[in-house]
Formats: sequence, structure tokens, C-alpha cells
Amino acid sequence: MPISVWESIVVILVVGITIFFTRLIPFLFFPPGKEIPPTVQYLGRVLPPAVIGMLVVYCLKAVSIVQFPFGVPELVSVLAVVVLHVWKRNNLLSIGVGTVLYMALVQTVFAAA
Amino acid sequence: MKEAFPYTIPVLTGYLFIGFAFGVMFQEKGYNFIWAGFMSLLDYAGSGQYLAVNFFVPGISLLHIVFLEFMVNIRHIFYGLSMLERFQKMGGKRWYMIFSLTDETYSLLCLTKVPQGVDETKFLLCLAALDQSYWILGSVLGAAVGSAVPFDATGIDFAMTALFVVIFVEQWLTSGSHIPAYIGLGCTLLCLLLFGSGNFILPSMICIMTLLLAYRKGEKKYAH
Repeated sequence: MPISVWESIVVILVVGITIFFTRLIPFLFFPPGKEIPPTVQYLGRVLPPAVIGMLVVYCLKAVSIVQFPFGVPELVSVLAVVVLHVWKRNNLLSIGVGTVLYMALVQTVFAAA
Repeated sequence: MKEAFPYTIPVLTGYLFIGFAFGVMFQEKGYNFIWAGFMSLLDYAGSGQYLAVNFFVPGISLLHIVFLEFMVNIRHIFYGLSMLERFQKMGGKRWYMIFSLTDETYSLLCLTKVPQGVDETKFLLCLAALDQSYWILGSVLGAAVGSAVPFDATGIDFAMTALFVVIFVEQWLTSGSHIPAYIGLGCTLLCLLLFGSGNFILPSMICIMTLLLAYRKGEKKYAH
């Protein structure tokens, strides 16, 4: 271990408190009993699909299309997940095959030289 | 618990994979499986924990940790916004729901309709707790196996991407309007191009909110 046990515990606690506080913020603004404005209710309804779209991009943020391997492994694997999922609608299958395919691609065909 | 389990299977796969990858990385820094489990119990955030692995170095500033963790998890503020009503009905149990509101649990809560005849509070609590148990299991396994059998895990973190793609497709196939999905993808892509991969989440969130609100206004206008 690079730092002492107590220092490690402090790091873990600070990280935990920060994450919890981040998630708590909206609930501090709208505690129980306080009416939620219609605009916020509307956002609550339409945000999920938009946020999932954001998360997909977020996961792929490190991909470069101008540098080898030009995002090809990501493109192929994401397409495989989409096609498999539309076809079979089986979460386990789509995630499992997609991940194994991606690992195979980046470790063999597209392995960094 | 029995009713909730089938809904959590996609997260089970995803979390075993990415929790495992976290365990492997943490173990490489010199922390065994007990530490990995302990951290996943108290911290519980995929990208937050991947990032936190780098904090275990001499002389790290606590303020620096708070700032980076806040920035990397800032998208979670969105999640709470769409869970306000549901969680407020849950009494004291809402504290755990807020604590465990990860990307994956949030997506599950968005997708899943509570089956008939099942207590909603208990059901949602089971979903959340099952998810965290997979995460802890994955990280413990990763740290234990990673130190015993070295293997090439390159690319294993794609499980997280695959999980979100699946949820995206699922929402696409089941929802009436695709406008919010387009807004989410479009704004984030644009902000990624404009601001670069280090700073694009906050502008994306602002852009998404603005467009969604503008879309609502437009819709109202045409409805009359």
C-alpha cells in the first residue's frame, strides 16, 4: 500500500461523502412536503432518455476517429450490441457478446502496436 | 426480492464485469479484496471509483479529491431530479436510494415498472440493494482473482458502454417520442467536440436542459 491504513480510510470516506452529497443535491432543494414545480416534474419525465444518450457518449468519450484504430472496435461492438438487442431483446446476451467481442478486437486485431 | 431479481440481471452482468475491472486495478495499487469490498460498500460509483484508484498516493489533497469526484459525478444531480417524487414516498429508506443512485440503478429505475401486487418501496429498495451487492461481489472477485491469476482484461470496461447501449435501445423501442433521446445524444456529441473529453459533461447538461425546456414550450404552443 502506497499510504497508511488510516490515510486510505480517510480517502475512502472523503470520496464516499462527496459522491453521496452530489446525489443528495436535488433532494436538498426539494425536501418532502415542498411542492415540486411543474417544470421540474416535466424535466423528471423527459430527462431519462436524454441522460442515457448522454451516458452512451460519455462512455465513448476517449475514442479518437483520427488516430488508430479510428474508433472501429467501438463502432463494431456498439453496432453488434444494437443489432443483437433489437433482434433478441436479451440483455445478458447483448452485453456479454458485445463485451467479449470488444475485448477480442482490442486485444488482437486492433491491439496497440 | 424474488420479484426484483429478474429486472436486475442486466446490471448483474454489467457490474460483475466493471466491478471486477475496478478490483483488478485497485489490487494493482496494493489493496486486497477486503479493501476493494470496503470501498465498494461505502463509495459505490463506477467512474468515481475508477478515478479514486489514483487518490491513494502520498500527499494527495483532500480538496482535490472532493473537486474531482464532484465533477466526475455531477451528472448524478440529473438523476435525483427525475426521482424526487418516487423517493419522497419512501420515508427513511430514501436515504439509501439516494446513496445508491448510480448510473445503472438509475437506468433500471427509469425502465422498470413495479409489478402488480408488489410493494413499491420494498421493490425499489431490493433493486438498489441487489445492484450494490453485485458491485461489491464484482470488485471483491476482481481484487482476489486479479492477484491470483494475472490475465489480460483490456477492454473489459466496455461492459458499461454495452449496458447503456442496451438501455438506450430498450428505451428507444418502448418510448413514443424520440426527441429527448436525440437531444441527449446531439447535445453531448456537440459539447464533446467543442469542449473536449475533459470538460464536456457540465455544458452538455446545461444544453440538454435548455433544449428540453424549449421543446416543451414549442409543444405547448402547437397544442393550442
